[in-house]
Amino acid sequence: MSTNEALLRVEDLRVAFPSEDGIVHAVDGITYQVHPGKTLGIVGESGSGKTVSSLTTLGLTRLQGAHISGRILFEGKDLVTLPDDELRTIRGNDIAMVFQDPLSSLHPLYKVGKQLIEAVRAHRDVSKDQARKRAVELLGLVGIPDPGGRVDQYPHEFSGGMRQRVMIAMALANEPKLLIADEPTTALDVTVQAQILALMERLQHELGMAIVIITHDLGVVAEMADDIAVMYAGRIVETASVDRIFASPEHPYTWGLLRSIPTLDRPRDEDLIPIPGTPPSLINPPSGCHFHPRCPYAQPEHARIDPALEQVPGAPGHFAACLLEPDVRRRLWAELRSGQTPQEAVADVGLPEAAA
Amino acid sequence: MSAGEGDTRTSPFGEEAPVPSAAPAAQTGIVSSGNGSGGPLVRVRQLVKHFPLTRGIIIQHKIGAVRAVDGISFDIERGETLGLVGETGCGKSTTARLIMRLLEATSGEIDFEGKDITRLKGAALKAVRREVQMIFQDPYSSLNPRKTIGSIIGEPFAIHGMLPDRGERKQAVQKLMESVGLNPEHYNRYPHEFSGGQRQRIGVARALALNPKLLIADEPVSALDVSIQAQVLNLLRDLQRRLGLTVVFIAHDLSVVRHMCDRVAVMYLGKVVEIGPGDALYDFPRHPYTAALLAAVPVADPTRRGEERRPLGGDVPSPANPPSACRFHTRCPKAQPLCSEQEPLLEDKDSGTMVACHFPLTRDELAGMGVRSAR
Repeated sequence: MSTNEALLRVEDLRVAFPSEDGIVHAVDGITYQVHPGKTLGIVGESGSGKTVSSLTTLGLTRLQGAHISGRILFEGKDLVTLPDDELRTIRGNDIAMVFQDPLSSLHPLYKVGKQLIEAVRAHRDVSKDQARKRAVELLGLVGIPDPGGRVDQYPHEFSGGMRQRVMIAMALANEPKLLIADEPTTALDVTVQAQILALMERLQHELGMAIVIITHDLGVVAEMADDIAVMYAGRIVETASVDRIFASPEHPYTWGLLRSIPTLDRPRDEDLIPIPGTPPSLINPPSGCHFHPRCPYAQPEHARIDPALEQVPGAPGHFAACLLEPDVRRRLWAELRSGQTPQEAVADVGLPEAAA
Repeated sequence: MSAGEGDTRTSPFGEEAPVPSAAPAAQTGIVSSGNGSGGPLVRVRQLVKHFPLTRGIIIQHKIGAVRAVDGISFDIERGETLGLVGETGCGKSTTARLIMRLLEATSGEIDFEGKDITRLKGAALKAVRREVQMIFQDPYSSLNPRKTIGSIIGEPFAIHGMLPDRGERKQAVQKLMESVGLNPEHYNRYPHEFSGGQRQRIGVARALALNPKLLIADEPVSALDVSIQAQVLNLLRDLQRRLGLTVVFIAHDLSVVRHMCDRVAVMYLGKVVEIGPGDALYDFPRHPYTAALLAAVPVADPTRRGEERRPLGGDVPSPANPPSACRFHTRCPKAQPLCSEQEPLLEDKDSGTMVACHFPLTRDELAGMGVRSAR
């Protein structure tokens, strides 16, 4: 993966919002790339900055008085400084977005077809008839039965899964090069989620677009993503290929996520190991490593030193922002993987007791 | 039990609570069981709840009904955790609200400790309600923002006229707070000062205040962040074991249900299609719908990505106009003409679960479906 072929390059992006209580550092210096035809999964909890970073890519945080710095390079253009009217020709055309809640993303008073036609005509100089034909074609593409009839129905006549299909159809209207999907299946049932994920994968193959999928569900990224970025408190704390994130994760927060969710293929009575504490405030983030107050392996100096995202030795493409020594991390993960609790792992590895 | 007895067991945490065996999964009689100690805690028989659909504003006339729950029968054994799973609109929350008596059943019967509570009113109903408590999904909207934590958790005492002495009540509330992992010194704080996970703990403490026999948890973690979910799940499991609580656990997340529940009932369009011990149901699901649900769960293991999975097609039909006979036949890969003519009944098919299916899955068929929990 050489950097010059990336479709989207985000470099040291920072987004801060003023609020009554102080400045919210929603995104605090993140860097990532998306390659053509590939899928990047951004994983994190609410408040980790994953949504704000993608909204900023589309220029959607501009109106909220946000302080934005850094660069977002899309095909050589910097989207941070691009004028609004030029950005508008990219948004919905080259870069499209699918949101979490398909009910509130569709206008309830307009027919689905009219909304699709609007999306097509916003970027293409075509007649209404041609746009309508395209709308029917799009509904067919996303697997809606009887698209010719459905195009004249209202959103309330569609089920949740069908509405999300309509949203995807709308996003695809102009064959974007990049699709940003923000929790596209969170509001849906598992069977419908499986349908939507399969649909997105099929369309990616057919249209060759890149996807950024934002989710809190590790299962979803395990199935969809080529690369994963784990976000915590406005920063990327670990990024690697999907196989490496699940086989040899390096950051204690990633370990915590992997060990705290029940899965279908692990022993039923295995205890879950929760991450202690709660996500930090973005107005006054903890000093040093932002994760240190919740980290079972934190050492006293971790409260002072701010870790940089550094390459894991011997693993190109794998970066982690952790102050523990790489071989200590490796031994800790080996212990955790064999079913030890963090406390047992700390004792076995011979790490001094955590200060937190 | 009668209301007068309650004062002796105001705090569930002082004394040793009897903990019945965690898995009362006698293979025979999974639906109707006669499992010692006075039978099951709750017995649900042919329970039906139809919500009328009406037309007209002043003169309303009924034009149909949403058949949210349509004739379900199951038992809840003492000390077990029963999971209710299914997609949106399958009737799982309606079932919980019927057991809570927050909704009136259209027909059918709910027995609590051998007594029919389906049509209780007034003081008798209040006495039963003390024994059945609920934890809600959304910890933000289920706590009154204008009340302190102390008065929220102490509210059940006030409603039932228990512990009128302020000092005693405060003591009981602080003990409850401690038992769910909250700092008792935060007694006078307001809900907005707590995070989502802590608020859910407040909801749990409130539900436990009256030492209920049955706890109904309706999607207790789905509104919480991933890193917080495990905290609340561990708390619930710990309390269930320590207090010998009987729990009905409602969730759409099948991995969470597998982790938490001794037995699981799978619902589809107002019917129970499969019920049985968690191990049996997850290892060898017999109903094609159960298997399809399990196959749809994304698994956090990219090495198993290539495995074949066939997502279930289509959408759940409308509960106002459900398909005839077996309600799943419109989406079922194994459907035969019989399935649209004759309704299958819950039967034991010799694999540990009760299944309502004419043509239950075989091991060979299951192998090709990509069910990650199957052995």
